[in-house]
Amino acid sequence: MSVAETKKKTLADLAGAEARDYRWTLNFGPQHPATHTTLRLVLMLDGERVVDAIPDIGYLHSGFEKIGEHLDYNQYVTVTDRMNYISPLANNVAWHGAVERLLGLELTPRCKYLRTIICELARISDHLLCNGAVGLDVGAFTFFLYGFYQREVLYDIFETLCGARFTNSYTRVGGLMYDATPLVIEKIRTFVRTFPKTLDDMERLLNRNRIFVDRTKGVGILSKEEATNRSATGPIARASGVTRDLRKDEPYLAYADFDFNICCATAGDCFARYLVRMAEMRESLKIVTQAIENLPSGPVNVGIDERTTLPSKKQVYSTIEGTISHFEMVMANRGFTVPEEESYAAIESPNGELGFYLAGDGTDVAYRARCRPPSFIHFSLFPGLIRGHTLSDIVAVLGSLNIIAAELDR
Amino acid sequence: MIKPETITALGERFPAVRFSEFRDQQRAAVPAAELAEVFGFVKETQGFDLLVDVTCVDYLNYRNAEDRFGLVYLLANTTTNERLTLRVYVNEPNLSVPSATTYWKGANWLEREVYDMFGIEFAGHPDLRRILLPDEFTAHPLRKDYPLQGRGERHNFPVLTREEG
Amino acid sequence: MAIEIPENVVVSRLDSLASWCRKNSLWPMPFATACCGIELMATGASKHDLARFGAEVMRFSPRQCDLMIVAGRVVMKMLPVLQRIWQQMHEPKWCISMGACASTGGVFDTYSVVQGIDRFIPVDMYVPGCPPRPEQLIQAIIDLQDKIQAEGTIGGREFAMRSRQQPKRALVELNVLSLPRGVSNLPQGVRVE
Repeated sequence: MSVAETKKKTLADLAGAEARDYRWTLNFGPQHPATHTTLRLVLMLDGERVVDAIPDIGYLHSGFEKIGEHLDYNQYVTVTDRMNYISPLANNVAWHGAVERLLGLELTPRCKYLRTIICELARISDHLLCNGAVGLDVGAFTFFLYGFYQREVLYDIFETLCGARFTNSYTRVGGLMYDATPLVIEKIRTFVRTFPKTLDDMERLLNRNRIFVDRTKGVGILSKEEATNRSATGPIARASGVTRDLRKDEPYLAYADFDFNICCATAGDCFARYLVRMAEMRESLKIVTQAIENLPSGPVNVGIDERTTLPSKKQVYSTIEGTISHFEMVMANRGFTVPEEESYAAIESPNGELGFYLAGDGTDVAYRARCRPPSFIHFSLFPGLIRGHTLSDIVAVLGSLNIIAAELDR
Repeated sequence: MIKPETITALGERFPAVRFSEFRDQQRAAVPAAELAEVFGFVKETQGFDLLVDVTCVDYLNYRNAEDRFGLVYLLANTTTNERLTLRVYVNEPNLSVPSATTYWKGANWLEREVYDMFGIEFAGHPDLRRILLPDEFTAHPLRKDYPLQGRGERHNFPVLTREEG
Repeated sequence: MAIEIPENVVVSRLDSLASWCRKNSLWPMPFATACCGIELMATGASKHDLARFGAEVMRFSPRQCDLMIVAGRVVMKMLPVLQRIWQQMHEPKWCISMGACASTGGVFDTYSVVQGIDRFIPVDMYVPGCPPRPEQLIQAIIDLQDKIQAEGTIGGREFAMRSRQQPKRALVELNVLSLPRGVSNLPQGVRVE
């Protein structure tokens, strides 16, 4: 009988599983080869069928939200890098987007375009690793290496842009750390030209590969109502049919200027999530191409009247406003003032809706910095998705959910 | 972004709710006693089907604060893209609010985290226990009276040396 | 039982042959927790290939490895797991603490992050960086190979040497019991030495 029929038959038998005597408990993690993150599952198995999976997390809980109450808005961006560490630039953009919303700052056009470009490059980087990890866990090592090689090309771009391969801390309140030089723009153009070939190679490896399709099709199905009810967002929700993407529904930065599509699927299984991520990489490439050709010129930081970004040295040494602005920013008992209010701002990060809820108290240190973590919410979906599947399906489902432990535990 | 009809509908049904707005975000402060009904109302009649986040703010060191803990529920409507923030203020010793798990299953882990970090109890939650910290941990770290470096729990372990290990 | 040999005595031919074999086939056990884990994966990937240095397979079972690379921050919930895995590894074994968080706690001086795994595990090599570049990790492995060649003995006597046992002065920190006993967070707060 076919694979799908076998699964259906034994699911019905699970109701009588208590009567059997080959039910056992397996501890999966927190150190295990299957996934790259420190999470633990206590699995109740009936032979090889999963009856229940109880997650146990907190093995990487580092107190990020408490640190947010002790570092100021420009220092905390270094900590946000270490949340979803496979696309740190998206976290930086989300954090400073939230801070700028609280302050009511409007960014310069060049800054918006550059932030859009780096967000999309971070999305490509994240999806390459996520799909690569799914491939690796299922057995496709070459696919993983192809993806990793392209990530090295992206790391080279990020390093030319801001000095660090990843954990960049590239954004600042009201602007960016450095402007993009012509060298970086040239490297991005080269990447955009050469990446589609690798993407085609990767798709040729796995899209119609019998082993991969059998291991991921029909596995870990998430229905549309369950996805919304359990707060899933991002590629996981879109693969189940929820057509929600913050880039189109609540446009932020420069996304309203570009022509791109939202990728959705209806099946809701691991294979659909894989396909959605591969398609999203192509759409990201379209956005980057359009953005890099139409990059506006001008300053990348907001003006010195806003008193939120450090002015350029030329202004500091030659104008009185520049000197005062520099003084206000740098002296220890000054800094910029923030309204004593609370606000929330989210972006469409590669993993889902990543938002920060900030409570300001007048000083330049946040009173409460809460991160809305997509990985945490998606991991709570896991027990429902895995019931009835076999032990070997656990890695496929876990990989397709893109759980990053640092965002899970914060 | 929110439609004015939603605000008027909510205000008519629950007159005790106080509305405010900041940076284009609508907040509604709900008394804890009416919270369960408000959840049902916004979910069933106003279409807020996505619970974006559940979190809490400890106002111990805040200037001009009236209550100690302020719970935050961020809701979204996936069809009309509206967003709404519900605020509930609780004080010690009565740190208990109704759980949102009957309406949105995504609230399960989010409320466990608020319990773990702040100590707020959610009545009706199916499985309220610590999620991120070890079960033996007794404090609630995100409260303002808990120090950043902790109280020595992080180094309370045996040391392994080369000879024995 | 063991003769106390100072560290700079040249070991015999058999010892140096054994050390040469061991250093050139170090199989790492990646204890990757956070961002350094991604750089560890990048070191093992095709651009900076770690397999050139003998680390042919990254085995995830502690019974099959001799080098534990702790990449990433270790929190108090994870530390007993780390200690158990260290104890499960067979001798001779070495440990590389990769990154600022594993070496000293890094950016995270908080209530849950262990401020340096060398407080609880014997560490041979520290790699600074947040995260360290793959080239830095490869340099650390090369330096560890030199260390193994210089000090290795066929019987593993170097691990029993007294000089490796002294806790470093920087690790002596405040005594937990001397902190004010206000609202305690633990049922008992006894530190086992």
